[in-house]
Amino acid sequence: MKGLLKSMGVTLSAFTRKPVTREYPETHKQLPERDRAFPILLWDHGMNEPFCTGCHACERACPVECMTVLMKDNPNHKSQGGESSRRKIIDKFWIDYGRCMRCNICVEVCNFDAIAMNNTWQGHEKSVYDRSDLVQELPQLLAVHRSGELKPWVVP
Amino acid sequence: MATQVHPDHEFDVQDLMINMGPQHPSTHGVFRMVLVVDGEIVRDVVPYIGYMHRGGEKLAETMDYRQGIGWMDRTEYLAQFNAELSYVMAVEALAELQVPDRAQWIRMILCELNRILSHFMFTGAFGTDVGVFGTAFTYSFREREVIQDLFEEITGDRMMYAYFRPGGLAWEVPDNFVPRVREVLKSVRQGIKDMNGLLTDNEVFRARTVGVGAISAADATDWGCTGPVLRSTGVPLDLRRTEPYLKYDEIDFDVITGTTGDVFERFTCRIGEMWESIRIVEQCLERLEPGPIMPDRMPRMLRTPPGEIYMRTEAPRGEYGIYLVSKGGNRPHRLKIRSSCFANLQALRDMTIGSYVADAVVILGSLDIVLGEVDR
Repeated sequence: MKGLLKSMGVTLSAFTRKPVTREYPETHKQLPERDRAFPILLWDHGMNEPFCTGCHACERACPVECMTVLMKDNPNHKSQGGESSRRKIIDKFWIDYGRCMRCNICVEVCNFDAIAMNNTWQGHEKSVYDRSDLVQELPQLLAVHRSGELKPWVVP
Repeated sequence: MATQVHPDHEFDVQDLMINMGPQHPSTHGVFRMVLVVDGEIVRDVVPYIGYMHRGGEKLAETMDYRQGIGWMDRTEYLAQFNAELSYVMAVEALAELQVPDRAQWIRMILCELNRILSHFMFTGAFGTDVGVFGTAFTYSFREREVIQDLFEEITGDRMMYAYFRPGGLAWEVPDNFVPRVREVLKSVRQGIKDMNGLLTDNEVFRARTVGVGAISAADATDWGCTGPVLRSTGVPLDLRRTEPYLKYDEIDFDVITGTTGDVFERFTCRIGEMWESIRIVEQCLERLEPGPIMPDRMPRMLRTPPGEIYMRTEAPRGEYGIYLVSKGGNRPHRLKIRSSCFANLQALRDMTIGSYVADAVVILGSLDIVLGEVDR
């Protein structure tokens, strides 16, 4: 009987504590800067082009082969009369978020710091009705950083 | 006119087969038991595993050492750091890497916190199994969430951390790591007290667990049980003590053992281990010093010389071993996981035969199986 009353006391003491739950879709928890949602590509605001040169490093290092990268000559390169020092630039980039296992390896292998993990809530709320909608294309991948929503995070 | 029943008449009694699982809330995943019951008494148990087999061992053989870490997370998905630790330590031993001190201390802190997290999950799920429906589960999840938040701040992910690397750690911990861990420990202490109050002293809980599913030390050893299942029978086998890895030989802690090896002892052993883990983490925090977290000259692509190794560590559920064969190159030639849950589950039949059907669920819950680890 004593033990039962003690158990009841534990349950009752929960009334006096602050609730730890949140009404999720309305209120969001603040995400830490290192939060890893899904990989996205970064936008070079100074040059007005992506950082990514399409070097295939992330594609080769990906354990689940969720990336497809196509490279092209940069039309904005100095030799073409432009300003950029990037000879090659990304043409098409697909990441299948349905396959991605968010291991951060693509970020680690990138030589140009062109890819990062999305640390906003957009990266987590990715529900779609069709599996094929999870395959992200280049404009979608660049959108988060281009709009400036990505929090600056501690690059490992 | 009453029917005359012949006193010597023998009814044609047949045992009934009950199929439990694979999708049953108390089987902790996709695990199927076929119970042969005589009334309420279990006469035989036939466990069926393999519903969650994903071929993780074979997949890890197709990947280099860094990529394979992600798969270790997915085998033991309640104690990911411990699973990663076995794997990276096996690779380190093959490649003869020296891990810096700071990385080792941080690894120890994270592994012990992960042990607490895993045991919280156990107490909650086990409370649900014995019938404290919901309360224990939500309370333990509240505490587990605190630890998970800390891990999210450090590694970025809530479950699949992929944080350890052969040689050290993937990146440095945040600046406020030490105060945050102390904060978490404070919350954890209160959480364990709550669980103790809610379950350990509860008469109903004791009535359901004491003396149920007992196994002798000899049987447990024969079945290859490790971890709290073995220690609750009185065998003080703890790899942290018998084969110290990392810095466990410099740390003062007790190996918690039981005497009878019943379900209640398995529970109290885990509660005791949580207190010991707190002690270990506190000592680690005092010894933690700034320094490098990776060896100086790490190649971009880690290659190991030919050889084979078996590396085992003490995961929350027992011995988690990695058998790694390398033929040179950057990926394992053969990878075999010695899973503690798989071995512990084999003892289920011995424990369950002769008990009630309702106790079968409790016994299964007390083994604390993770089906991702059983089936890999």
